[in-house]
Amino acid sequence: MSILSVKDLRVTFDVPKRGAWPWTPPMKLQAVGGLSFDLEQGQTVGLVGESGSGKSTVARAIVGTVPATSGQILFEGTDLASMSVGDRRRHRRDAQMVFQDPLAALNPRMTVGDIVAEPLTTHYPEMKRAEVKKRVGEIMERVGLLPNLVNRYPHEFSGGQCQRIGIARALIMRPKLLICDEPVSALDVSVQAQVVNLLKELQRDMGLSMIFIAHDLSVVKHISDEIVVMYLGRIMEAGPTHEVTTKPRHPYTQALISSVPIPDPVLEKARPRPVLEGELPSPLNPPSGCVFRTRCPKARPDCAEPKDRRQYENGVRVDCPYFEVKDALAV
Amino acid sequence: MPLLEIEDLSVSFTTGDGEVNAVNGVNFSVDRQETLAIVGESGSGKSQTAFAIMGLLARNGRAAGSVRFDGTDLLKLSPRQLNKVRSREIGMIFQDPMTSLNPYLKVSDQMAEVLQLHEGMSKKQAIEESAKMLDAVKIPDARSRIGMYPHEFSGGMRQRIMIAMALLCRPRLLIADEPTTALDVTVQAQILQLLADIREEFGTAIILITHDLGIVADACDRTMVMYGGQIMEQASTEALFAKPTHPYTKGLLAAVPRLDKEDDELLTISGEPPDMSRLPQGCPFTPRCPYRRDECPTIKPPLEEFEPARWRSCHAPVPEVTS
Repeated sequence: MSILSVKDLRVTFDVPKRGAWPWTPPMKLQAVGGLSFDLEQGQTVGLVGESGSGKSTVARAIVGTVPATSGQILFEGTDLASMSVGDRRRHRRDAQMVFQDPLAALNPRMTVGDIVAEPLTTHYPEMKRAEVKKRVGEIMERVGLLPNLVNRYPHEFSGGQCQRIGIARALIMRPKLLICDEPVSALDVSVQAQVVNLLKELQRDMGLSMIFIAHDLSVVKHISDEIVVMYLGRIMEAGPTHEVTTKPRHPYTQALISSVPIPDPVLEKARPRPVLEGELPSPLNPPSGCVFRTRCPKARPDCAEPKDRRQYENGVRVDCPYFEVKDALAV
Repeated sequence: MPLLEIEDLSVSFTTGDGEVNAVNGVNFSVDRQETLAIVGESGSGKSQTAFAIMGLLARNGRAAGSVRFDGTDLLKLSPRQLNKVRSREIGMIFQDPMTSLNPYLKVSDQMAEVLQLHEGMSKKQAIEESAKMLDAVKIPDARSRIGMYPHEFSGGMRQRIMIAMALLCRPRLLIADEPTTALDVTVQAQILQLLADIREEFGTAIILITHDLGIVADACDRTMVMYGGQIMEQASTEALFAKPTHPYTKGLLAAVPRLDKEDDELLTISGEPPDMSRLPQGCPFTPRCPYRRDECPTIKPPLEEFEPARWRSCHAPVPEVTS
């Protein structure tokens, strides 16, 4: 059984109309529109998309800070929406999160030791101080921090170290599911690689299941078993990492791959670089039918019709009837 | 003669913790119509180098050395003289397009101001000219959108406005400080394409400051790698990527996750970025360098031209592998 299974998840936010009467019904912003995927025990699913694609909303819905408007989030078979109070508390222990801005995610007035220990003291208030201290020391060492740093404050650490503290705080609960929301995009390249490798190592040793969210396909590729490509809250393409990154099928995935410059001047200057025109449409007023059609180089008139565009090939789901398999370096 | 020639440029800041040297004795030049990349991580001094060229250092900062633009030393000019050079001769684009535009002014007012001040145009002429420039940076429907406020534009469009504004007086040098870092990848590709077109059309030389080696490979003729306020290596982009000889360059290239490679584990540079107020006397990269020798922490390696048009400052370069 999958540890997590998301079925047709929709999240809608109410946006009040500017300048309208207070009783005017608010506008509906659909941040996530019908997302489904499964996460197997010990595996990693990567969510990729640009800003406004709804990937962070998915993360927040899975940990339970944002309620799903419709659809189901099954964590070990139980629907999040129908969980009892006790189950919900257990779910919060089992699903932990690592955030994007490592410094902003840590309370500047708490010592690192207190920050890392806080989940333990919240969920197990009866735990002995000595036991807490021991667990904090263990996890700090595990993420590559010296345990004698517990009395320092976050501002005394560099970005990479702060991110390690954030990871230690998430892992001290020994969670089953770790959700990383852009964990490396604020870090320098040399430190980014350290953190990605650390996450992979921890996952292997602790048997974690992971959801890894990033806008950078090349980072996601290094850590994920499966990739879900999102655009404006919808799935464009989803499948095994190797298939998606080497043989992109959906025009949006192809555009995303061709937009990432390869650090090799010879290869980079040789490959064709079709540039995607335009910008993300407003999520308050998304295009009808396929949401990508306004920027799609392959758009046809019938793309505006609302219908199910799901296609399957080689275990990859592509939401485009006109997809073509392309080599990643030739798109 | 190169367009911009920088000799022994140092930037230091007086802070509560004492003197901090952000840039230590940097030498380089930019030719006409050339694109030079300055690559480095946070704290490498790449942005402070640019600010020093433009005379935009914070109040507690001081620049020493010489910055010769077309023969004149910019560091010796009075603010009034420098104002003539800025924008007319050198334009600059900043990282965050939201904070570098004035939110209280219409785009037309902000842009026209530049032309009224520098070219002495009337407001009407200036707006006309600004609209043309917005057209050139491919803002759709420029003539009607020029009357809008910055918040009414998306991030990519704001960066286009910044570029248009920097280009208004047709500068010969454009300094772009992380122009695409705040943008999505598809928009980044659009902006890079635009910069390439501009260089073609206006013959502008560009200094592109970035931490993204992919952008460097895509857009730049020559590359300079900085670390801890010093130049580590400088070469043509092709040569640098094909055969990095400085341990830092090599480590940086290996640490980038790539879409076109099937490697499972990323190679890393161990350790943390340097603390600028406590740099080692010698090479700043020493604590993280796998090839370090006894002299590295104490003796600063000079920047030497070890091959034609390739400079490096290192006591213990990467051993050459013949394959």
